[in-house]
Amino acid sequence: MGPLIPNEIITGDWNFVIAILIGIAFGFLLEASGFSSSRNLAGVFYGYNFVVLRVFFTAVIVAMAGLLYFDYFGWLDLSKIFILPTFLSPMILGAVIMGIGFVMGGFCPGTSFTAIAIGKMDAVFFVIGLFIGIFIFGESFPLFKDFFNSGSMGNVTLTDVTGIAAPWFAFGFTVVALAAFWVTAEIEKKVRKNTKEYKF
Amino acid sequence: MKKHKNNNGRPHYLNPYFGGVLLGLLVVITFYITGRGLGASGAVKSTVVTAVETFAPQHAENSPYYSKYIPEDKSPMNNWLVFESFGILIGGLLSGVIYGRIKKFRIEHGKHTTSSKRLIFAVLGGALFGFGSQFGRGCTSGAALVGSASFSFGGVIVMLGIFGTGYAVAWFFRKLWI
Repeated sequence: MGPLIPNEIITGDWNFVIAILIGIAFGFLLEASGFSSSRNLAGVFYGYNFVVLRVFFTAVIVAMAGLLYFDYFGWLDLSKIFILPTFLSPMILGAVIMGIGFVMGGFCPGTSFTAIAIGKMDAVFFVIGLFIGIFIFGESFPLFKDFFNSGSMGNVTLTDVTGIAAPWFAFGFTVVALAAFWVTAEIEKKVRKNTKEYKF
Repeated sequence: MKKHKNNNGRPHYLNPYFGGVLLGLLVVITFYITGRGLGASGAVKSTVVTAVETFAPQHAENSPYYSKYIPEDKSPMNNWLVFESFGILIGGLLSGVIYGRIKKFRIEHGKHTTSSKRLIFAVLGGALFGFGSQFGRGCTSGAALVGSASFSFGGVIVMLGIFGTGYAVAWFFRKLWI
């Protein structure tokens, strides 16, 4: 029963081999979906290309349903998987900063790696920026140490916070995603009609 | 790779819903095997910590931030996300080879902007993304995608925050893209 490595069904020696293999699959899917192009990615904010929304939300709802099924069949103990901890106000601020960085830079970290792989110089500069940003954060950390650790809620899930069972969230996300797929397809059609020159 | 070029001059990509299903399954498989999720910004953090530790070991150990990520007996590069991110690069390369998208280094930018402006904004955007990902406890992969998919409250907050802010500020940066 999973998770295999924490339950020692696969030994930890394989950890880094598996890490590389999983990374290869991840990088392949990002690149093959068109995420190695900043103009594809930025399109989600301007209505000319919603590929990000399609891939991202499909992945989220498939993974949500998949995790629930794996738990239901007894293949994966969801109490043993890592749940990202919540630090409410720092995470809101971080997300806002990342949102601005996304529109300015046209990439996020994972997509920029795949863009470098196929020869995008703008992605090289984006990753240089990532290093600079994290370095600045590390150097100035004492200034906002207290804020960084504020709003800690622990490794809470949506269910812990709201009391609503996880399958309802999976269902809700799926309904919202399907509606978003339909609406954005309509928007994309209209926007593309007006921009004849759209080329990747 | 000739067949991929007869696509109205556009690159050939996976159907986005098919790609999304595979990505979602990859998230599930990753949890099934390792008990944890995918990520990307963590590898850059490990690299920054390693660089600081190499050039200024005393400074790194005194820092309340870097010191958290320096293991006692091994390098900060000896980290799951570093290996996984190396894999991302290889995977991107592999897809690029298969679809014939690997070319010499080039700069992609909107038609109302210049190459140098694009590069300046790429560095600035990257710096903001890197900085923000520390407060966010992860980026679009580790926090927004995998966090949300595993029903983490913080993951959903980060996802809504990134995309919500993106739409809120898109108007100001429209000349970069459209």
